[in-house]
Amino acid sequence: MQSSRGKTIVEKIVGRAAGVDAVRKGQIVTANVDFAFAHDSSGPRRWQPHLDRLGVGLWDPEKVAIVTDHFVPAVDAQSAEILRLSREFAQAQKVSSFFDMIGIAHLVLPEKGLIRPGAFVAGGDSHSPTGGAFGAYVAGYGATDMLGIVVTGQTWIRVPDTYRIELNGALPKGVVAKDIMLILCREVGMDNAFTAFEFAGSTVESMQMFERMVLSNMATELGGEAGIIAPDQTTCDFLRERAKPVDDEQKVMELASDPDADYSSNFTLDVGALVPQVAAPHSPANTRNANGFSDVRIDQAYIGACVGAKPSDLLMAAEVLKGRKVADGTRLLIAPASTETMNGAAADGTLAALTDAGSIILPSGCGACAGMGAGLLAEGDVCISSTNRNFQGRMGHSGSRVYLSSPYTVAASAITGRITDPREFLSES
Amino acid sequence: MMGKAFLLGDDIDTGQLAPGHLLKLGEDELATHCLETLRPDFASQAKPGDFVVAGKNFGQGSSREQAAISLKVLGISAIFANSFARIFFRNAINIGLPVFELEQTHSITEGDDLAFDLPTGRLENLSSGEKYQLQVLPDYLMQIVSAGGLVPLLEREMARRQDALIGQ
Repeated sequence: MQSSRGKTIVEKIVGRAAGVDAVRKGQIVTANVDFAFAHDSSGPRRWQPHLDRLGVGLWDPEKVAIVTDHFVPAVDAQSAEILRLSREFAQAQKVSSFFDMIGIAHLVLPEKGLIRPGAFVAGGDSHSPTGGAFGAYVAGYGATDMLGIVVTGQTWIRVPDTYRIELNGALPKGVVAKDIMLILCREVGMDNAFTAFEFAGSTVESMQMFERMVLSNMATELGGEAGIIAPDQTTCDFLRERAKPVDDEQKVMELASDPDADYSSNFTLDVGALVPQVAAPHSPANTRNANGFSDVRIDQAYIGACVGAKPSDLLMAAEVLKGRKVADGTRLLIAPASTETMNGAAADGTLAALTDAGSIILPSGCGACAGMGAGLLAEGDVCISSTNRNFQGRMGHSGSRVYLSSPYTVAASAITGRITDPREFLSES
Repeated sequence: MMGKAFLLGDDIDTGQLAPGHLLKLGEDELATHCLETLRPDFASQAKPGDFVVAGKNFGQGSSREQAAISLKVLGISAIFANSFARIFFRNAINIGLPVFELEQTHSITEGDDLAFDLPTGRLENLSSGEKYQLQVLPDYLMQIVSAGGLVPLLEREMARRQDALIGQ
């Protein structure tokens, strides 16, 4: 009998949120949402007309966060209007967690300690699974789904399969979570709807939170609805440092999947012998070893987005760029994912290493990754980017070409003007 | 419902359906750019009632609901694909655009006349004579689609709650 089997962390959270003791895969249940968030593109501007028509407000303004990160800063009257509407909405609806132009939601909410282990969280953006790094079930929803959620506090969920990804071993120098995810896009594929991924294993356990967030973030590219990592001491320490400690660490650790849990699939990867990876246009699954792309000349190198411009990512870029210069004919654009990231980089010298090398610093926000803001590409432009998607035309003209990699590889490529395995710049350290 | 089939391949992403740099536009204007990089004639050729028939992972990518809305604005009445990305699937249902998994999409050719019966899930290719029985949507999802989307359903629900309050 299935009910006698242990539960995965996903089944524990979904079951608790749905008030059902033992949820079954494929079962459609109604879940009570613990926390919901949206941004300026998917949230207020899409909800307001419907809320007016329905004559209702938010189910609980304390449990809803709004983060402006897409149309920031405004570049024309239309984007300015969208931001103004977001601010007015937050004020009128008494949204307590309104974060205006301080960075990308998927980083800002963890910075504020608002993604809690064990929570069922709904986010109005496809990369919402990022928060799964904190042991929460965080899934992405479209605007009408989110409207229903912020009005009723509930949503339907088809209980997902749990797909376990086990990563073992120590990562070699110059190889990071991003490289792992590009390999997984190729090996596991991107067509995994109604599946929640769980990342486990010794590699994950030894990762700090910002790197774990890369795994969870790109569960989205695997087609997963969540990318969850069991909370541990690293998780609890991060939240305590944010002055938002968990109530009971022991209870939080018990969220981990039971040893006899029922996984739909398993994939194991030994990371000890991996080398830096690059995904060629126009798919994150189009992945090969970075050293096979050395004949590709680049016009632009881009470090940005929820997945690729956190403090850890800027440190990687600085490690490569320190004392070196961006190649003539190549531009390196860096959009730190939050103002806190920017301030930290300014305080510890990281920012100086980046700008001394010739980097151009852009505002914090989704920026060119979402096809908005500064740093878009012209027809024929070739870009290497620390972002998570390289679908045709996503970062500008449909005739541009985007390669994905870690920030290490982006920075190394900016120095040579060609796609470059970063290990040649890291070997001496 | 009856209409012609537009055939699309695997992994159609939301950026192709609703380009990111145009998301500031209103729904009607945005829809005229639907699939423009892939099939520049799509927006002008699609007629009310027509169907989209596609491969795997249809609607992958961002959460932008405009990807589904654009197809609905152009008159597409249902989408049949080998598989759907989860957020696109939910978005389509939520705006009242029915979506169904269909394995045998290879037996349908561009421009075929199709007839589809939503309540029973019966699909017929009038051009080839082939018939398919699709798995009908679960009750709650069918309720959303039948209401014309989640908003009309919520509207009904809110009115009911209001009536209940007044009745007390």
